[in-house]
Amino acid sequence: MYRYDGYDHQMLADRVAQFRDQTNRYIDGKLSETEFLPLRLQNGLYVQRLAPMLRIAVPYGMLSSAQLRKLAYIANHYDKGYAHFTTRQNIQYNWPALVDVPDLLADLAEVEMHAIQTSGNCIRNTTTDQFAGSAVDELEDSRAYCEIIRQWSSFHPEFAYLPRKFKIAVCGTADDQAATQVHDIGIYIVKGANDEVGFRILVGGGLGRTPVIGKEVFEFVEKKHLLTALEAILRVYNREGRRDNKYKARIKILVKETGIEKFKNKVVEEWALIKDSSLTLTDEEIDRCQQFFDAPNYQELSNSPTQLTDKLQSNILFAAWHSQNVKLHKVTGYSIVTVCFKETGVAPGDVTDRQLEQIADLADQYSFGEIRISHKQNIVMADVRQDQLYILWKALESGAMASHNLGLLTDVICCPGGDFCALANAKSIPIAESIQRKFDDHEELTNIGEMNLNISGCMNACGHHHVGNIGILGVDKKGEEYYQVSLGGSSKSNASLGKIIGPSFAQEEISDVVETIIGVYKDKRSGDEKFIDTFNRIGLDPFKEKVYAKAD
Amino acid sequence: MQKLINKDAVMDNPWTVMKASTGPEILQAVPGKNFIVPLQFWKLYSEELNDYDGAIAVWIDSDENPAQIADALHSLPLIALNFPVFSDGRSYTNARELRQKYAYEGEIRAIGDVLRDQLYYMGQCGFDSFELRHDQDAELCLDAFKDFKTGYQSTIAEPTPLFRRR
Repeated sequence: MYRYDGYDHQMLADRVAQFRDQTNRYIDGKLSETEFLPLRLQNGLYVQRLAPMLRIAVPYGMLSSAQLRKLAYIANHYDKGYAHFTTRQNIQYNWPALVDVPDLLADLAEVEMHAIQTSGNCIRNTTTDQFAGSAVDELEDSRAYCEIIRQWSSFHPEFAYLPRKFKIAVCGTADDQAATQVHDIGIYIVKGANDEVGFRILVGGGLGRTPVIGKEVFEFVEKKHLLTALEAILRVYNREGRRDNKYKARIKILVKETGIEKFKNKVVEEWALIKDSSLTLTDEEIDRCQQFFDAPNYQELSNSPTQLTDKLQSNILFAAWHSQNVKLHKVTGYSIVTVCFKETGVAPGDVTDRQLEQIADLADQYSFGEIRISHKQNIVMADVRQDQLYILWKALESGAMASHNLGLLTDVICCPGGDFCALANAKSIPIAESIQRKFDDHEELTNIGEMNLNISGCMNACGHHHVGNIGILGVDKKGEEYYQVSLGGSSKSNASLGKIIGPSFAQEEISDVVETIIGVYKDKRSGDEKFIDTFNRIGLDPFKEKVYAKAD
Repeated sequence: MQKLINKDAVMDNPWTVMKASTGPEILQAVPGKNFIVPLQFWKLYSEELNDYDGAIAVWIDSDENPAQIADALHSLPLIALNFPVFSDGRSYTNARELRQKYAYEGEIRAIGDVLRDQLYYMGQCGFDSFELRHDQDAELCLDAFKDFKTGYQSTIAEPTPLFRRR
């Protein structure tokens, strides 16, 4: 993974000192609440319902075992012993005290980590496929480009006070696992003419109040022009994005109101000024960044060793976990393991300090000392030898981390909701739990098959409800918490936004509603058709009829 | 009195920023001043300004665009860019554009809600001088330009991005 040099370390040290000074001035009353607000947000610090919430950046989801141990220490030392994985591949703490935050950031800096630009109206953490570098269907490893974008976007002096937050995703795989099309900028690594590898760039996607699928602004951008293209888009947005209404300030609204062709012309005009400037990427820089993501020292192994196949036959639980949580690796004899953090009764994405340490140890033993966080709030060990899968699974089981529901109905994406978040209209964690309790039979879950159920506690959509096959949104109805259900969303390559099924439901009705929806699907599916495909074939009406017939 | 600084020191301020709502009668009422006039004023009253005996510069608000004044830029000794509120980031882009697109070489000044914690980024985007909000401590503000020793980007202050300097 990327390692800091003297320049990176210096910038991080400067940033920690800067924020320490800002915090001190705020505490001394020399900096007003309003003026401190964007400064603390750009260092990841929110003031939440119960305490401050600190969001730590995990660039494109990659973590080393040393970083995991530091995060465990922070959970233990500054928090109440746990941390939370977010849908932007980041980590949040819910209990650090404001006065401790500068020290906490100094601790993080020791392991090349920070909370820079994890919030505020600036360019946020760039995200990507959690299988990058190991996926079988990858054109090129996206992480080097994510790192190039990370550096360009960190402390960018022109874009620190944008109209609104700005999110970029990069995808190098055929099967899009990064929800690329619902980002302010979505970048696909593609082949152009003469098989040259470059980028297809989408702009103006996003969730929130006004969900939109991104539109193509550049069909093909040469690698060397990546940063100048991004800079041109950001410049048009910074100048022209709406600032009169924060709900209309995202780039998706600008693109919609301007029209994609006219927007593109403006970008092209800006781009022309800088296209061959010093910001043009060099081959040396691309090589330098790619070297950090060179393949680890893989051994020559064969697929399906007896150490694996024997256990698959003798241990049903292991076999269930293997069929659900273990995916193909591009290197023979290796697998990609996803550790699913969706145990019933535990808030989705929550992890304890002890678990973080265990994962660090297991990563050292079985996956070259590195892990990734997925936007679905799980952890990936991307390079596990197949002959070690069973001992890894045994170890995960002893740490209560062997849930085998990856990609199934109970592998819910869920924001912290009304239990923690000051913005939420409704709780989301208890909804996730009620559904997990209703569907507690693994055989039934695998029978239902691939399913994304996403829950957000408000229309800011941190739980990505618009792109859930089943999406649940908490709404406020005359002071009561209600839930709106939508069907048919997807964040994959053929991204789509869910359609609202009808009037909202009370909290206690939700798990029954989901059961009814699943019933309709099972009834109507043909063969091994996935839920999303059945929905696309039969539409909303059959679900609607059944769900509301029951309510009457 | 608002203090004026450049990146090194507190400066004397021979310029007066004219408020947006001012009418042309001020030119007769207050002769011999050095005014930074609003862009609209400059466009509406060019004849009156030609006859005026003090120096004239222009300020551009954050929702205006240097393109509106492109032809005349090089005759102006100073252009001020306004921050109606510190969190409005449009003037950063206007500053860069003045330097990058129009090759403007005169002084670029930040006016309005100009605070200590945004000065470093302003300095990187091509601003030379900073008319601080009245409550700001000028000495403390001078430290702001040392917040970071270097950055990753290609900026006006450092056109070579770090990846070409590493």
